[in-house]
Amino acid sequence: MDLLVDGFLKAARLLFSLDREVLGITLLSLQVSGTATLISLFLGISCGTAVALTAFPGRNLVVSIINAGMALPPVVVGLFVTVFLWRNGPFGFMELLYTPAAMIIAQAIIATPIVMGITLAAMQSLPSKLRLQIMALGATRMQMLWILMQEARLPLLAAVMAGFGGVISEVGASIMVGGNIKGYSRVLTTATVMETGRGNFDVAIALSIILLFFVFLINLVLTLIQQRERPR
Amino acid sequence: MKTISISKIFLALVVAILFMSGMSETLQAAEQKTVILATTTSTQDSGLLDVLIPLFEKKTGYFVKTISVGSGQAMAMGAKGEADVLLVHSPAAEQKLVADGFGINRRLVMHNDFIIVGPLDDPAKIKGTKSTREAFKKIAAANRLFLSRGDNSGTHAKEKDVWKAAGINQEKEKWYQQTGLGMGQTLNVAAEKKGYTLTDRATYLALKKNLGLDILNEGDAILLNIYHVIEINPVKWPKINVAGGKAFADFMVARDIQDVIKTFGVDKFGAPLFFPDAGKKVEDLGK
Amino acid sequence: MPMLIVNNLRVERGGIPVLDIPHFDLEEGENLAILGPNGAGKTTFLLTLARLLKYAQGELLFKQQDISLPETAVSYRRRLAVVFQEPLLLNKTVFNNVAAGLKIRGVGRAEIENRVSRYAELVKITHLLNRDACKLSGGEAQRTNLARAFATEPELILLDEPFANLDAPSRDSLIDDLHNILRQTDTTAILATHDRLEALRLADRLAVMDGGKIVQIGDCHEVMNHPVNEVVATFVGMEAVFSGCVQAITDGSFSMSVAGHIIEALGKVCVGEQVICCIRPEHIIISYDHSMADTSVRNNLPSKIVKITPQGPFFKLHLDCGFFLASYVTQQSLENLALREGKDVTVSFKATAVHVIRRGK
Repeated sequence: MDLLVDGFLKAARLLFSLDREVLGITLLSLQVSGTATLISLFLGISCGTAVALTAFPGRNLVVSIINAGMALPPVVVGLFVTVFLWRNGPFGFMELLYTPAAMIIAQAIIATPIVMGITLAAMQSLPSKLRLQIMALGATRMQMLWILMQEARLPLLAAVMAGFGGVISEVGASIMVGGNIKGYSRVLTTATVMETGRGNFDVAIALSIILLFFVFLINLVLTLIQQRERPR
Repeated sequence: MKTISISKIFLALVVAILFMSGMSETLQAAEQKTVILATTTSTQDSGLLDVLIPLFEKKTGYFVKTISVGSGQAMAMGAKGEADVLLVHSPAAEQKLVADGFGINRRLVMHNDFIIVGPLDDPAKIKGTKSTREAFKKIAAANRLFLSRGDNSGTHAKEKDVWKAAGINQEKEKWYQQTGLGMGQTLNVAAEKKGYTLTDRATYLALKKNLGLDILNEGDAILLNIYHVIEINPVKWPKINVAGGKAFADFMVARDIQDVIKTFGVDKFGAPLFFPDAGKKVEDLGK
Repeated sequence: MPMLIVNNLRVERGGIPVLDIPHFDLEEGENLAILGPNGAGKTTFLLTLARLLKYAQGELLFKQQDISLPETAVSYRRRLAVVFQEPLLLNKTVFNNVAAGLKIRGVGRAEIENRVSRYAELVKITHLLNRDACKLSGGEAQRTNLARAFATEPELILLDEPFANLDAPSRDSLIDDLHNILRQTDTTAILATHDRLEALRLADRLAVMDGGKIVQIGDCHEVMNHPVNEVVATFVGMEAVFSGCVQAITDGSFSMSVAGHIIEALGKVCVGEQVICCIRPEHIIISYDHSMADTSVRNNLPSKIVKITPQGPFFKLHLDCGFFLASYVTQQSLENLALREGKDVTVSFKATAVHVIRRGK
């Protein structure tokens, strides 16, 4: 129990004293996962909507692949990304391994199927005649997509939160492709694992609390947007 | 409609700023010449590299990516040309790496020692036993719990050597448990379960306060933990940073850095964690 | 020049033709109702006219412009409005729903305010403008849907069974309001419905569809009283349909035997031919004796009242004369004649009220 209390106190001290290293780690966590989530939003919402609203041969196969992708083990993603990015791999010339960019790539690969799958379900659950009605109102294809997305705002924002949640808490792939390098590719999750491995439980708990705090804060903002009353 | 747009714009701005600053850091680092150093978690956890790496970077302008993994993985990275230089402490595996042609210029850097720690009441009664081999035999005979890292790390390799030297086949025994974890965590498991384990002195000293484990055997020559720095052969792997790897290896055996190694840990633990050995012969160590 | 001209329109689904219309036109300002059973193709036709459905072949001219070119789809749709059976409102306030079509067209804020208030008033939902659309009753939602459609001031409005999901009182009041709006705004409209009363109330012309084809089209009166076949007859409310064999022909009229009775009717038939006829319920008179015998009413048959069902302000009598007939009577008549189920009455109708649809026509 005192370990938890110690952890809380340490977390507060680290944050309020603006400990440089902790701030750096925190900022990097938010940057990496934030960017990865943004990428996954662009890819996930656009593809998910396209698949949801279009009929094409083999559609069921594509949908099942997307749904399976939602359960893609992050560690597996990390392993494959490592193999692709390392020096002697196909993309070795880009020198991306052990960089935050590699972490963004791995996290984006993890988050995109999640966002895509939920978007797909959300758009499919809209009444099928709604699309016709919106077109009948004279909407261009872009206008129609925008209106449909607003209609599906509740599940779409849930998709954002699911995607973000999946990657900000991710550690296996991040360690593998990032290398947990001090001051460079170390994020809250990888630092927590390292400190735990070293036996520094108070620091580990402090970092965990900081992570939980930011996760909660961001989800609070997103939830408020999701649930807000429709304005005039 | 307006208020939704505002908060969305705000969110987008925040993210864009974060993203932008993140990207610029990444680009900067990529432009510098990077050296990939593969080393072990115990080396990293001792904190020595946190002192040495900044010194090296300042001196040479290289950006070092320290990847700390188990010895096995570090060797494998070297063998695959995914690291430029290795700092490891697994002599048998290192010799194989050099014999296979992947490692060159293997140079002695420093040593520290392993110790056997265990519960305060020492149920296997190994305290006072001079020979580590004998101590291990006593633990086996008493069927007392022994925790192994089981991760092909240098520590694990050393531990296996001792079992072999003691003539004990420990793998299948019930009292022998492998955690697959780092040294710090394994120590914690040993403390929780009141078992024995082999550890490097540095990690033990760092965690001693909260552990509740005592040093029960030390000093035997077999327990010496010897660190070498190995450069990777560019003939095998042309893409490695030859100059960077060499610069780091030279740095580790340089006079002034060896002095830094000699004094590391004294103020925190009252005793040095490592003993610099550059230029010496392995056979002379520990005497 | 008609506002809308359709030639050789064919729509197929999976290779099977679901719509086949050789010719159709619509004048500006006209209100046309399309009657037909489920699956007749009414919705398909409307969706095709709105260019929401692909068609295999056909020529569509809207105000002499060929609307089949892909580039013109969106701009063409912006000149129309479509009202579906389900309100399909957006997750917003009523105001924002009514304004939806205007926002899509990029209309300015002031004009939006102007139009929304004007059309909300026409459908009587001004008091609901700030309410969330999901909190409306069925009737209120459909009114909002109508306001949304009319607010765009379309040149042509297509309504696909707009009141089918509503309860009778809502339906009645909405039919009246729609009639007023159509008159006031002088909008050209096509209304698909399976309710003939609705069609009669709102339309100038009537078209009856079945099996993807327009079976009959013309003035309401024309179609109602001279249906070309049984399907049309059922739809326009000729509920007493019976068949018989022609016995004799005289000058323009003939007699036929139907279930043991002789019935006189008008029409060009041949002796021995099997014909199908129908009579509008309104043309059947109920009495207790053959007092009609010396009047111009040629057909007087004994009959038994099998069932009496209330139909709004009337009562529908189900009569068995050996064949089925239906008649409408007022409450007063019901009481005056003490009509009850099981009673024997005399059923009378003029020869001119019998409409012949030749078998197979």
